[in-house]
Amino acid sequence: MLSDGVEDEEKWLAEGIAGFQQNAFCMHRALLLPLLILPGSPLLINVLSIPLQQKPQDSNNLRDALKYSAQMLSELRTSRLSPHKYYELYMRSFDELRRLEMFFKEETKRGCSIVDLYELVQHAGNILPRLYLLCTVGSVYIKSKEAPAKDVLKDLVEMCRGVQHPVRGLFLRSYLSQISRDKLPDIGSEYEGDVGTVMDAVEFVLQNFTEMNKLWVRMQHQGPAREKEKREKERSELRDLVGKNLHVLSQVEGVDLEMYKETVLPRVLEQVVNCKDELAQYYLMDCIIQVFPDEYHLQTLETLLGACPQLQSSVDIKTVLSQLMERLSNYASSSSEVLPEFLQVEAFSKLSGAIGKVIEAQPEMPVVGAISLYVSLLTFTLRVHPDRLDYVDQVLGACVKKLSGKAKAEDSKATKQVVALLSAPLEKYNDIVTALKLTNYPRVMDHLDHVTNKVMAVVIIQSIMKNNTYITTANRVEALFELIKGLIKDMDGTPIEELDEEDFKEEQNSVARLIHMLVNEDHEEMMKIITTVRRHILQGGPKRLPFTIPPLIFSALKLVRGLQGQEGDGVGEEGPVTSKKIFQLLHQTIETLSSVSSPELALRLFLQCAEAANDCDLEPVAYEFFTQAFILYEEEVADSKAQVTAIHLIIGTLQRMTVFGVENRDTLTHKATGYSAKLLKKPDQCRAVYACSHLFWVDEQDGIKDGERVLLCLKRALRIANAAQQMANVMRGSGGPVTLFVEILNKYLYFFEKGNPHITSNIIQGLIELIATEMQSDSSTHDPLADAFLASTMRYIQFQKQKGGLMGEKYEPIKV
Amino acid sequence: MVLVLALGDLHIPHRAPDLPAKFKSMLVPGKIQHIISPGNLCIKEVHDYLKSLCPDLHITRGEYDEDARYPETKTLTIGQFKLGLCHGHQVIPWGDLDSLAMLQRQLDVDILVTGHTHQFKAYKHEGGVVINPGSATGAYSSITYDVNPSFVLMDIDGLRVVVYVYELIDGEVKVDKIDFKKTATTH
Repeated sequence: MLSDGVEDEEKWLAEGIAGFQQNAFCMHRALLLPLLILPGSPLLINVLSIPLQQKPQDSNNLRDALKYSAQMLSELRTSRLSPHKYYELYMRSFDELRRLEMFFKEETKRGCSIVDLYELVQHAGNILPRLYLLCTVGSVYIKSKEAPAKDVLKDLVEMCRGVQHPVRGLFLRSYLSQISRDKLPDIGSEYEGDVGTVMDAVEFVLQNFTEMNKLWVRMQHQGPAREKEKREKERSELRDLVGKNLHVLSQVEGVDLEMYKETVLPRVLEQVVNCKDELAQYYLMDCIIQVFPDEYHLQTLETLLGACPQLQSSVDIKTVLSQLMERLSNYASSSSEVLPEFLQVEAFSKLSGAIGKVIEAQPEMPVVGAISLYVSLLTFTLRVHPDRLDYVDQVLGACVKKLSGKAKAEDSKATKQVVALLSAPLEKYNDIVTALKLTNYPRVMDHLDHVTNKVMAVVIIQSIMKNNTYITTANRVEALFELIKGLIKDMDGTPIEELDEEDFKEEQNSVARLIHMLVNEDHEEMMKIITTVRRHILQGGPKRLPFTIPPLIFSALKLVRGLQGQEGDGVGEEGPVTSKKIFQLLHQTIETLSSVSSPELALRLFLQCAEAANDCDLEPVAYEFFTQAFILYEEEVADSKAQVTAIHLIIGTLQRMTVFGVENRDTLTHKATGYSAKLLKKPDQCRAVYACSHLFWVDEQDGIKDGERVLLCLKRALRIANAAQQMANVMRGSGGPVTLFVEILNKYLYFFEKGNPHITSNIIQGLIELIATEMQSDSSTHDPLADAFLASTMRYIQFQKQKGGLMGEKYEPIKV
Repeated sequence: MVLVLALGDLHIPHRAPDLPAKFKSMLVPGKIQHIISPGNLCIKEVHDYLKSLCPDLHITRGEYDEDARYPETKTLTIGQFKLGLCHGHQVIPWGDLDSLAMLQRQLDVDILVTGHTHQFKAYKHEGGVVINPGSATGAYSSITYDVNPSFVLMDIDGLRVVVYVYELIDGEVKVDKIDFKKTATTH
């Protein structure tokens, strides 16, 4: 059906054009136009083929011209064409009428009276061609200045009332607008005078506009209801014809702020409101905003906004308001000098009031609509009044009201808008501290569904990390954790199981990173911050603690370091912040970790604390931490590989302890060596035991230097290594590599060099020979790495021997 | 000219939030041929980041690393040099150069890269060179006070390696360099 219609239209247009061209052709002939034809004319060839008629100028020409032009213009009387196709005919007419106008001008030069001409064209039979011709003559008339522009224009705009058919009328008036543009009695124009001021120009354009709008609106109600969509599409195609008038008004020099305010805007708005047509209202409001200067909008804000609630409820007023706010935002950004103006006209309160009214007036407006309005207002506020946090908070507060009572997580579009709303202040201020001052910010976040709430929390954290913002008071930390609580703990009704493991890790790791941004150099404040953070993260549950506790521990250890700098000699034992108090806190905190199946991590953290306590000279505290570490080792660390690492950490830490008295040290050392010997695999045992040898020798000034116990350890290690070799023999039929022996040899050399009296060159020699024997025996396995190790050890010995001095002397007896 | 980046003990996110911005802006993908890290990154995100700088990434296990599959020690050959990698918490006493020298002999390498103490060291001994790139984030250490963020870039060229150490001191990046030459005769 539709395609048939299109085909028909094509046919009619073709017919129309054919008729048009025929008459145009005749008209040209009458106008003697071969010399005047403009290049590119499609009729050029036709006319040139006709012999020039050297007729004297007489009225026959004119009359013919008028006759044929009227016939030509009759094609425009059609009702069968859609606006799009009608436009084609119109454009051709426009071109031809320009030629006609030139002809009229020539005629008046040759003595024809313009007044007569003006009257003559009115004899055309049909009204539409008559009026086109009249406007054309009118143009010449005004140019001739024989009558004031004002009078001619007034006459024309009223005569056009004769055409009430929407499409035809619109194009006719559009033609009038086009030809009158440069002839308005504007300020500074040649057509201004005693009769004819800019007021008249404005009046003319306003009238044309009003009539055109009426025609345009009338189109909506023409034809059957089922073709409504088609009509609306056609109307859309014509809208710029109507809007053009506003554009013309904006270009009139004489329309200053005063005139805009008093005359232009009220008249235009009156028409917009009264026409009660959704399409027109939306388009025209948008047009007004786009076409007139922002400065004017600012000064007429109340009037403009006042029209909004009067518009049809189906008009997308949100978009209109958003456009307005965007323009005003850009205007504000353009120069700082305009900002006071915004304050003076109270732009913010007017806009927020208008938005409130619109939302109120449309209770069925979906949430996404209201929120996107607030997003626009917020963007405006952030650009124009960034220092007015109270305004920003107000906007957020209005959103909270709108969101209250609605279910969460229903509308993903609305959610997106809320996220945009919350992200805007973050991006603008680049400083979470400012956002934290907005009391309504957390309230808005509360209205997000869980998933989005967490997404927003991550956005907040990312903003902090990206801007390297430090949060320096416990109060702000509190406020921040309130905002990100969705990440910190389970909110009612959401099990963590829902979340993908990788995502969960990433989430918690970002919380962990965040903790390092919560610092203050003042010890008291830092302590408050630590206790605040602790209080929050302990609500996180077993899955979160392994992520969030370590950074807290290290934060606290840093504070201990900071205190160390100040304390000394037991000063600072009293007061709100002492190392002891912090160690208590550390102890309790790490304990929670061990109860949630992260014993290895807890063990490491206990050892860190032990070292810190050592540095603070707190023997009992350090001992307690070691106790806890050992308990975890005994009871929780079952995996053999983990045990190896854990025991080395214990030995390594213990080796560095200086605070222990003999008894405590002995107890712990005994435990360490005991556990070392009990590791599952022999090589691991061996290595841990010889590592323990270092527990008896500390190379500091007051360090323990128990040479005998060192030797005992090394001997024990040697026995284990032997046993390992034998086992290998039994199991595999050949001995294992001699690596362990070489390692032990290196240790012997170490203590030998340090001056352990119990390790003599003889002992070393003996061990070297033992190794040589092992290597040469048939049953030994040759491992190139072990060989290389031995070789480099031998090289080392050689090197030391050649050193000369004390070292050389020491090594002298050893033969390689 | 082969560029090898050595950095470790970042301890992200336990002890530090991220690499210093000034380091990050210097570490650009495509400029480095190898990355070696003694360990303690500690999370996958850091691993992925390093991988994005250079696909040839070698890591050994630090005691806080999330990924338990990193090896305890690693050896690799770059040009004329054999490099060894080990976090160092396994070598007691921690930071003791003689004990580290033993490990170097055991691994049979020219350059041993190790960490754990968070203190930059480049030390030549009879058996070779020991390099500790320090902590790239300046992370807290029970062993070293006042850790400045640091990392090492090695330029291996024939028998010569130039060790550039980058340290962030009071907000400025300071660079130092040390030359090491390998004698051709060795293992």
